Amino acid sequence: MRYQPLSEADRSAMLATIGVPAIEALYADAPTETLLETPLDLPSGKSELDVERFFSRLAARNLPASHAAFFVGAGAYKHHIPASVDHLIQRSEFLTSYTPYQPEISQGTLQYLFEFQTQVALLTGMDVANASMYDGSTATAEAVLMAHRLTKRRKALLSGGLHPHYAEVVRTVSRLAEDDVETMAPDVRAVEDLISRIDDTLSCVVVQTPDVFGNLRDLTKIAEACHRNGALLIAAFTEAVSLGLLKSPGAMGADIVVGEGQSIGNSLNFGGPYVGLFATRHEFLRQMPGRLAGESVDADGRRSYVLTLSTREQHIRRDKATSNICTNSGLCALAFTIHLTLLGEAGLTRLARVNHANAVLLAKMLAEAPRVEVLNETFFNEFTLRVDGDAAELVENMATRGVLAGVPVSRLFPGAGLDDRLIVASTEVNTDEDRAAFVAALKESL
Amino acid sequence: MLDRPAIVEPLDDDKIPATFTGNRGLDQEEPLIFEIGRLDATGVDIGAPAPVETRLGALERNAPIGLPGLTEPETMRHYVRLSRKNYSIDAGLYPLGSCTMKHNPRSNEKIARYEGFADIHPLQPQSTAQGALELMQTLADWLMKLTNMQAVALSPKAGAHGELCGMMAIKSAIAAKGEGTTRNVVLIPQSAHGTNPATAALLGFSVRVVPAAPDGTVRAQAVKDALDDDVAAIMLTNPNTCGLFEREIVDIADAIHAAGGYFYCDGANFNAIAGVLRPGDFGIDAMHINLHKTFSTPHGGGGPGAGPVVLSERLAPFAPVPFIRRKGDSLQLVEDAEGAQSFGRLTAFHGQMGMFVRALAYMLAHGGDGVAQASKDAVLAANYVRASLRDVMTQPFGDRICMHEVLFDDGWLRGTGVTTLDFAKAMIDEGYHPMTIYFPLVVHGAMLIEPTESESKASLDLFIATLRDLAQSAKAGDMTRFAQAPRLAPRRRVDEALAARKPVLRWEEKTAAI
Amino acid sequence: MSDRRYSKDHEYVALEGDIATLGISDYAQSQLGDIVFIELPDVGKKVVKGKEIAVIESVKAASEVYSPVGGEVVEVNSQLGETPALVNDDPLGRGWLVKVRISDPGECASLMDAAAYSSFLKTL
Repeated sequence: MRYQPLSEADRSAMLATIGVPAIEALYADAPTETLLETPLDLPSGKSELDVERFFSRLAARNLPASHAAFFVGAGAYKHHIPASVDHLIQRSEFLTSYTPYQPEISQGTLQYLFEFQTQVALLTGMDVANASMYDGSTATAEAVLMAHRLTKRRKALLSGGLHPHYAEVVRTVSRLAEDDVETMAPDVRAVEDLISRIDDTLSCVVVQTPDVFGNLRDLTKIAEACHRNGALLIAAFTEAVSLGLLKSPGAMGADIVVGEGQSIGNSLNFGGPYVGLFATRHEFLRQMPGRLAGESVDADGRRSYVLTLSTREQHIRRDKATSNICTNSGLCALAFTIHLTLLGEAGLTRLARVNHANAVLLAKMLAEAPRVEVLNETFFNEFTLRVDGDAAELVENMATRGVLAGVPVSRLFPGAGLDDRLIVASTEVNTDEDRAAFVAALKESL
Repeated sequence: MLDRPAIVEPLDDDKIPATFTGNRGLDQEEPLIFEIGRLDATGVDIGAPAPVETRLGALERNAPIGLPGLTEPETMRHYVRLSRKNYSIDAGLYPLGSCTMKHNPRSNEKIARYEGFADIHPLQPQSTAQGALELMQTLADWLMKLTNMQAVALSPKAGAHGELCGMMAIKSAIAAKGEGTTRNVVLIPQSAHGTNPATAALLGFSVRVVPAAPDGTVRAQAVKDALDDDVAAIMLTNPNTCGLFEREIVDIADAIHAAGGYFYCDGANFNAIAGVLRPGDFGIDAMHINLHKTFSTPHGGGGPGAGPVVLSERLAPFAPVPFIRRKGDSLQLVEDAEGAQSFGRLTAFHGQMGMFVRALAYMLAHGGDGVAQASKDAVLAANYVRASLRDVMTQPFGDRICMHEVLFDDGWLRGTGVTTLDFAKAMIDEGYHPMTIYFPLVVHGAMLIEPTESESKASLDLFIATLRDLAQSAKAGDMTRFAQAPRLAPRRRVDEALAARKPVLRWEEKTAAI
Repeated sequence: MSDRRYSKDHEYVALEGDIATLGISDYAQSQLGDIVFIELPDVGKKVVKGKEIAVIESVKAASEVYSPVGGEVVEVNSQLGETPALVNDDPLGRGWLVKVRISDPGECASLMDAAAYSSFLKTL
């Protein structure tokens, strides 16, 4: 087997040193009745060529975004990733290292995490950020738990514009942790009244902007209402590129900002791995979950980085830890930070402008198309359509014409009576031809 | 045993002249991007946006963010220089116990980047992603066969997330039996990973600690003594964190079941037994599998991981959404529980697809027999290290067969003035990543060595000879190799107390200007 | 203070009138190593003998401090916020943690005096 260096002669010599006759003797502690008598019914090993053939056949049964006119978003977005990003994250020293517990030989990882934390803090308009979470949805659930610890209250209010999968993750954790959650009805037009529901029993309010339907939300007044009642505002986002063009959640008064960082540096990957972003204010630092890289000096006085404040974490605090999380999303955070370094402020702003402009162009074309209506007043690169018919069927029909048109709301909110709504995203990858194909396929399919 | 491979001139720090740059040849200092980047620099050329009337309302940003940019050559140099400050499994033996740093095949990286996997959206029509669903189903089949379990939840994003998944299923099953308010205790051995008590506490369980016997394992009798009708579950790692197989695991499973509780097995160390023993045969109810350990998806400097959970028949109905169901000729991803008993949703989408691809590629390359051989070689290598060091280092539970990792304590260092930490740092100067130290917490000055099946005998022999040589120095009172170590790494020891007392967690403008 | 008394968990109490000054022993600070953060209770909090009153974090560990006496917190050492290292440097003096108005002076009687604590340490 090409990954296994030991020869039979090596194994015999090692067994002799150990003083046992066969490897099986090393499993002597296992209950006899559990030892397998016959090999498992699994195929034998394959050559690299054969393995790649197997996967090529599976891959061919999927329609990649780059082979279609692609408008699917609602939590994950197709963006162009510079080749240097993927090259750099595959460097052995990044790809095949562990969590940087030995800082003397892990400064590479520690410094990029420190840079990542700074970029995320700047982007979100917050004081501090952690070294990443699993993804945006789990970061949101962790933020709610953090708010409960800070306020010593146990009830969260979720906006009807929060991605329903994020809301469901929060509800699942809350139900099993025996905390309260109130979720607003799906709010397609961003007209819900959150403020009148904020009182001093709430720990936090979770609001997403741009929301799952694409609407932009001003958080300022909600933040004020939260703070009057001793509650915290958790701002969520699923499209990190939007922060290049929009007011930051921090500037609008958010206390905790969480979001999905996939859009910057990371492929769609059918849903994972992604990278959760998590930022907050200085005063809440000690209740923040997740790893943190901090600056220090080494024995020679040279600037150095090290994992710090780890007494919050499970390996030390055990049942009193801020979270049970052990890993972060290191390599995805690296892809994020490299891509954002390549973009810089100038590139990110321009990228965001192109995304917005492409979405505006598409919305204009659709506004003129028959049997559809754009529902949004405001949006960044995503908006919701009302279509004359069933949106899920429409998407299937358009897919056969080489257009992946978006996410039917019924897939996200089954049974909510929103079967005629479609969430459409447009990024820098879309061309005039893509937009024309969208409109043409729409006309043919409706 | 090897002699010293080469005699080098003893190093004297005073003889190395200071350099103008602070660099030492290939060991190059690198500033922060905030110190070298510019707000107007970019490494990405993007065409001009179409002239449109914006739809941003009053929410357009009106102040700079402060993000520095670098051109592509500067970016390459920054990250390549950073990378050179890291140790990696590709560069050397990485014997971190309980972490499983084994070879990461590059074929797996290549396959994970196929457009048909990397460039598909989690919410595109399922009819356009049948290959992806087939891949997930094939992975699930392998996991169920390897463990002899009846169901698998693929979505957990890492080991601790898998623990949460398994314990949520258990809590839901208990609630379904109407015992939700009365069964609120989880039994956990003292030596468990910190994630176990943290997970139990998150779900509102209180933790009752089960003591270990003097041989480092848990006795069924100790479990029986801790059992009561308030016990929801036991969380037990097998092989355990001391690298030992829990001999009485079947009796422990019987005891917990007889008392009406569930058995959560922490599968962090499944790589010792995969293909050789099936956890389902021990009588467990749930177990997470760290794909990044047992099936070698790369650790990536701390993630991403993946932690699918296998479930017994009685827990299967409570599995989270989404899950895959066969419907005629096609596969269907069920994303809505439809009033069934599913406990809910753990993450936005379907799990770590990128890790599924790599793990399945690892499985197919090995085959069932190859997976078993990998487990056996890992156990063989750990026992070989044990047998080769047992005369110079001490083991907390006596010299007995271990699984894929061998645990030493610091008994043999007593009186030398050298601590476990010093010994670990001296290994860095010898070109090795240290073993896991001070874990498990129950063993004084613990040193947990996991060599893995990826090492050749020559590599193991050199590692053993190095540790013997260091041990000899420690016992001879040669403090120079230890007190100042590491001296040859990109950094000397870092002041962790300073970092924690005055946390500096981001770059600030005042320390330098863009 | 001659009447400083110690618990088996390495906390000490120095009593003046009905005000007890609580801290940790020199042995305890040396075992913890570099202390980086101390979580202190709010003034006015009621404390129960044997229950957690503070948490001391070193680089590698977090340890609960259990109150050897019951009563009400009347003062906390606010210097420790900025300089937690005081507990390492001067645990019996400037590194004190909390002052408690005790409810039952008799509780101190069960604690060890300096000589008894010193012999207790030899048994560890």
